[in-house]
Amino acid sequence: MATSTVFGAARLSPEQMLAPSPMALLRRRVFGHRSLMFGIIVLGLMVAMAVGAWFVAPHDPYAQSLASRRIPPIWHAWFWDNPKAGWEHILGTDKVGRDYLSRLIYGARISLVIGIATMLISGIIGTTLGVMAGYFGGRVDMVVTFLITTRLSMPVVMVALAVVALYGSSLEVVILVLGFLLWDRFAVVMRSVTMQARSLDYVTAAQAIGCSTPHILLREILPNILNSLVVVATVEMANAILLEAALSFLGLGVQPPLPSWGLMLSEAKEDMFFSPWMITLPGICLFLLVLSINLLGDGVRDVTAPENRN
Amino acid sequence: MLAYSLKRLLLAALVVLTVSGITFIMTNAAIDPAKAIAGANATIEDIEALRRSFGFDRPLVIQYLDWLGNALTGNFGESYRLRTPVAELLLDRLPVTMTLGGCALLFALSLSIPLGVVAALKPNSPVDRLALSLSVLGQALPTFWFALMMIILFGIVLRWLPISGSGSWAHFVMPSIALGYYATPAFMRLTRAGMIEVLASDYIRTARAKGLRPATVLFKHALRNAVIPVVSLAAVQFGFMLGGSVVIETIFALHGVGFLAWESISRSDIPVVQAIVLLISLFYIFLTLLADLLNAYLDPRIRVG
Repeated sequence: MATSTVFGAARLSPEQMLAPSPMALLRRRVFGHRSLMFGIIVLGLMVAMAVGAWFVAPHDPYAQSLASRRIPPIWHAWFWDNPKAGWEHILGTDKVGRDYLSRLIYGARISLVIGIATMLISGIIGTTLGVMAGYFGGRVDMVVTFLITTRLSMPVVMVALAVVALYGSSLEVVILVLGFLLWDRFAVVMRSVTMQARSLDYVTAAQAIGCSTPHILLREILPNILNSLVVVATVEMANAILLEAALSFLGLGVQPPLPSWGLMLSEAKEDMFFSPWMITLPGICLFLLVLSINLLGDGVRDVTAPENRN
Repeated sequence: MLAYSLKRLLLAALVVLTVSGITFIMTNAAIDPAKAIAGANATIEDIEALRRSFGFDRPLVIQYLDWLGNALTGNFGESYRLRTPVAELLLDRLPVTMTLGGCALLFALSLSIPLGVVAALKPNSPVDRLALSLSVLGQALPTFWFALMMIILFGIVLRWLPISGSGSWAHFVMPSIALGYYATPAFMRLTRAGMIEVLASDYIRTARAKGLRPATVLFKHALRNAVIPVVSLAAVQFGFMLGGSVVIETIFALHGVGFLAWESISRSDIPVVQAIVLLISLFYIFLTLLADLLNAYLDPRIRVG
């Protein structure tokens, strides 16, 4: 068949030249993946809402009003002729009269900030440990495996609760605590994929021609394990968001009056009997955000996995 | 097998030591325990006297070794808040949490194994897709919110189940479902993957070829082998569930170890918090040790390699 020349491209057949480029193929896989598209669109909307919260939110999320407490959402006016419900507060108000929709919109900020910041901290810790263990093996691997085992045997929710309670609960403390607790999955996955990548021929070749270790790790290994890194990052981001909500719900996470969704659920708990929508709405927001992040991760894994191509 | 077991046991002991050390130092460095015991009205002299009589003026490492030595004999000190021995408190609360964890595990397994088997019998069929979508949706559901929604539906609207307390079996239904459903997707995927692999193996073909009833092939030959990894995952998940019980027990006011942990944490009752974290870690370490030894016993490749 065709021998390779400097002008190898000239030997391609017309069909080969008209074949879609790898980038076009990737685009096709992304747009054809329904759950990935759902994830991208929902997450995109949430991020847009969080970034432009001051513009999108109809009211000040902190403004209390004694005159308009516990107003039900607009559909109570449609189905049950509730005279209090109206367009002024589409999703109603909470027990001190703060606009629920505005608080939900600002709440997206807190969840996203916690998710991203925690993911970055735990990602850096876990990836460093995992890549080192996988690449160097031996003693380093033993130490890292021990650290992972130790971390896994500590109950995350309890330790996070205790540390946040003892060191004072604030957004920063919650982020730091979760960041230092949730690195285990990064380390486990990065360790095993680095082990696989280390034995590949081009890594051996790079070692043979005398590339430095940082060069090999950053230029040869890292691009290879990036897919798995993205997938773990989405899982851990979702995990951090759920944990923050649980901590805030127990009263030991983000402090009032910040509109964290978990905190809103905690504040609405006593109104559960007569205003169940106060519980339903923040939960649906949490569910949608976490679902979209998970679908994004699953989708990225599907479209970048070589075995799914063609 | 003996060498492997010893090595594994040594590792477990080292992990226990590290976890307890981290917990002890982290909790004791955070606040002044003498102040916590003395309360808000105490004078500086009172606090100083307390500090000396409890031994809080000694270096942390010495305090830790002292505490560890006592803990090994089952003495976890006294609760600052209730003035009763911590060990007694824990023994009192443990049955509730164990029942909850056991029921939650049972719920998760009895839901996920049949689903996983059915999904594996016909990969990519509507049933398989449904099972997978359910697991994706379930994974995004916040546990405590799911619990609240159940309370609203079954406790308030329908009035089928009690919403708080731990008096009867009915009190455990909703908490067990809330705690157990989160582990279901993992069990289901593992069962499904295991079944697909086993069903494609030669000995299943042989079993079918010699004319065994499909049900016998499925349950006696395939499921038994496919379920081995699920057993070790169950051990790990049970440990996680004990740790996760803090959220569920607080919501349902179930008087177990988790609820005690939340109460003690919010009141800075450090000896109780330390003992609970150590206890839950011990359970997890013990369970994973058991699972590892079981796996090594079943699969010679592990203990030799």
